[in-house]
Amino acid sequence: MSSTSTIYDFSTLTGSIDASLHSWMAPGLALTAELVLVGLVFLTFYALLGLFLVYLERKVCAVIQNRYGPNRVGPMGLFQTIADLIKLLMKELIPIRRADHFLFNLAPFIVIIASFMAIAATPFARGLQAVDLNIGVFYVMAVSSLGVVGILLAGWASNSKYSLIGAMRSGAQIVSYELSVGLSLLAVVVLSGTMQLSGIVESQANGWWIFKGHIPVIISFIIFLIASTAEINRGPFDLAEAESELTAGFHTEYSGIKFAFFFLAEYINMFIVSAIGATVFLGGWMPLHIGNLEAFNHVMDFIPSMVWFFLKTFFLIYVIMWFKWTFPRLRIDQLLTLEWKYLMPISLVNIVVIAFIALMGWHF
Amino acid sequence: MNVVMFYLLSGIILTFSLLSVTTRKILRAAVYLLFVLVATSGLYFLLNYEFMAAVQLTLYAGGIVVLIIFSILLTSHISHKFKHPALMNLLAGSGVAVVGAATALYAIFTHPFSDAVQPDVPVDMTAIGTQLLSTDKNGYVLPFELISILLLASMIAAIVIAKKGKQQEQ
Repeated sequence: MSSTSTIYDFSTLTGSIDASLHSWMAPGLALTAELVLVGLVFLTFYALLGLFLVYLERKVCAVIQNRYGPNRVGPMGLFQTIADLIKLLMKELIPIRRADHFLFNLAPFIVIIASFMAIAATPFARGLQAVDLNIGVFYVMAVSSLGVVGILLAGWASNSKYSLIGAMRSGAQIVSYELSVGLSLLAVVVLSGTMQLSGIVESQANGWWIFKGHIPVIISFIIFLIASTAEINRGPFDLAEAESELTAGFHTEYSGIKFAFFFLAEYINMFIVSAIGATVFLGGWMPLHIGNLEAFNHVMDFIPSMVWFFLKTFFLIYVIMWFKWTFPRLRIDQLLTLEWKYLMPISLVNIVVIAFIALMGWHF
Repeated sequence: MNVVMFYLLSGIILTFSLLSVTTRKILRAAVYLLFVLVATSGLYFLLNYEFMAAVQLTLYAGGIVVLIIFSILLTSHISHKFKHPALMNLLAGSGVAVVGAATALYAIFTHPFSDAVQPDVPVDMTAIGTQLLSTDKNGYVLPFELISILLLASMIAAIVIAKKGKQQEQ
């Protein structure tokens, strides 16, 4: 398509950085330098994003509850979360007697590493993606299933009733909702015929899948939203840390920066599922294109691809936050009923319908 | 770089395999097993065989280890520690391990590996999918269907077992 070529391709930038690094040093050294560089970029992004999302959550919550939210530290309370971070860094790390210390300390890292691995495959803009695997969707599903191990370990190693109950709930929840997330993503994989995330984005150059795929894709988008909210342990599915009954669930015994790791990972996971949802259903960095309306599509191309990506992602993040502050928390039996008796059968039927549509070529 | 990564991953696999069978705390054994499986998937990534790596991660690391950990959480307490195994068992176990390792190493070292570097074969998802359901030569449709029936049978069995407890309660 000719109109997409006007979008700035970040691979020219990364390519020139790569070339200049190779001209300065030996190939092995240049590769190491690039690895360090990418790592640093992601670390910085991770920290800034975490701080901003916590701030956003407070503001959104405040708006929904008719309050101001943080408004004292910095302009509009923007530095509130930085102050909180400094507080968390200086807090004492309380060692638990009769806990399994090795696993207790390991658990936050497993959770963080799992979300790091998932964010590596996210396409932020045209040509701006750390690894573009040909099994992108499958890879994200695979690494995001590792995070639950950290939660289970945290609950067990704390040697506390609350933590253990929280971990068990979260384990049951994540393992069952993973299926619905997978099946709803599979809907678009069937239609676009590829699992590569960049390929899925390219396939939406003449319209996003949510518009092109008729009602079945809208159904799978809704299922994806519900199931992924459950998978990241957020309200109304936050049984794993239900404050009113379990103190803080699986991270009851954690303090200081170890607690901050869980907290940060939760927010980053929210970003990751929103980014995947935006990429698969809402076109990722692809601007709003309508069929072959060349003029309209060309105007839309002037908005940079990164802006499109972040707009869509933050829209989904806002929806997920909206869920949390609107719906009451589910009971564990309601949670499992919702997944196994409603979402799961619906998505199974839905995937058959979508396969039929793809076979007949009824989608646009 | 590839060589460094290979030795790193192999080191992780060897160390944690040993730790996983020598530790006396059951959950730690499960976690060491997780490290071994994740490092194995790292080896697949190193071979550019991403599909296999992701399968390894989803099935073994994300599926089986989570199930193992889940059942440990339900059944065992944190203060529980296994006793040291009996001397006879220890000797027999390590004997079997040494013989097994020696056989594998002998087979690997005597096998004439050709130096010719094969070009990267891109593993296409469509090819894997077609092969899985093809009835032609080298098609996998029969094993695929057999495994499906086996899974269905075990799922029905699990439901029957779960139902039985409920009837006794009433």
